[in-house]
Amino acid sequence: MFTILVGLICGALFGSGMIISGMVDPAKVIAFLNISGDWDPSLMFVMGGALAVFTPIYHLLIKKRSNALNGEKLSWASNKQIDATLITGSAIFGIGWGLAGFCPGPVMASLGGGSSTIMMFLASMLIGMTAAKYYLRGAFPLPFLGRYKNSIPSQASK
Amino acid sequence: MENFSPWSALAGGALLGLSAAVLMLFSGKVAGISGIISGLFTRKKKEFSWRLAFLTGMVLSMFILQPFSIDLPELIKQPVLSIIAAGFLVGFGTRLSNGCTSGHGIIGLGRFSKRSITATLIFMAAAVIVVFIRSRLGVL
Repeated sequence: MFTILVGLICGALFGSGMIISGMVDPAKVIAFLNISGDWDPSLMFVMGGALAVFTPIYHLLIKKRSNALNGEKLSWASNKQIDATLITGSAIFGIGWGLAGFCPGPVMASLGGGSSTIMMFLASMLIGMTAAKYYLRGAFPLPFLGRYKNSIPSQASK
Repeated sequence: MENFSPWSALAGGALLGLSAAVLMLFSGKVAGISGIISGLFTRKKKEFSWRLAFLTGMVLSMFILQPFSIDLPELIKQPVLSIIAAGFLVGFGTRLSNGCTSGHGIIGLGRFSKRSITATLIFMAAAVIVVFIRSRLGVL
């Protein structure tokens, strides 16, 4: 129950952050990415604000703990490798982000607006995630990368 | 630069950081949105309820902000095909790299994770290049 309540509150905080910061506006995201044009650096301040709050709390309060306040173990993504999958995945994500100006957080925060654009993006994103799941099981090869080999059972999200 | 809005960006960003820190300190979970969404569809029953609660909170946030006359923006018109392509790429890419702008860009960077620093530099660079090409092609 505690974990569910914390989840709900943190989700509301996160969604509010996405809306207030302007991340939910693809025009703003694209203006931030358009460094050779009429550059709007605002969104740099989003990351700055987030890191200014998260980084000290993490290093001063969280890092030394082995359990969270609800008693659960603090578990990290075990994968430390910088490999072709990480690099390709990040590049593919970046291409998609630059193409429409949406990433997963803002899409969830905008869902209640009922926009068909958001719905379409979300549906397509879920299909993409499912496809990735199959790829990570070695179901089909990708250009350059081939078939995924060292398939580890799905790990904690990171 | 007429739309420059550093203060609301900073304030919103601070909320994102606060949310990520509280979720981790209280529940031991990572506020990575792509991971939370895709995690809904795995068979881990124990993780399901907090993920659903988090996403519910996210969807509700716009209704919490409306009384303060903060609303969602009017979306720019974009071709359906590029929305669908973009959605697929975002979904596929974030599962391969195990994180998006939140998981890698906030939590990973805050933890000084080398994987996340690499991922963030790459997705930023890729997005900048795509926008650059679009602007040269005159679609922006």
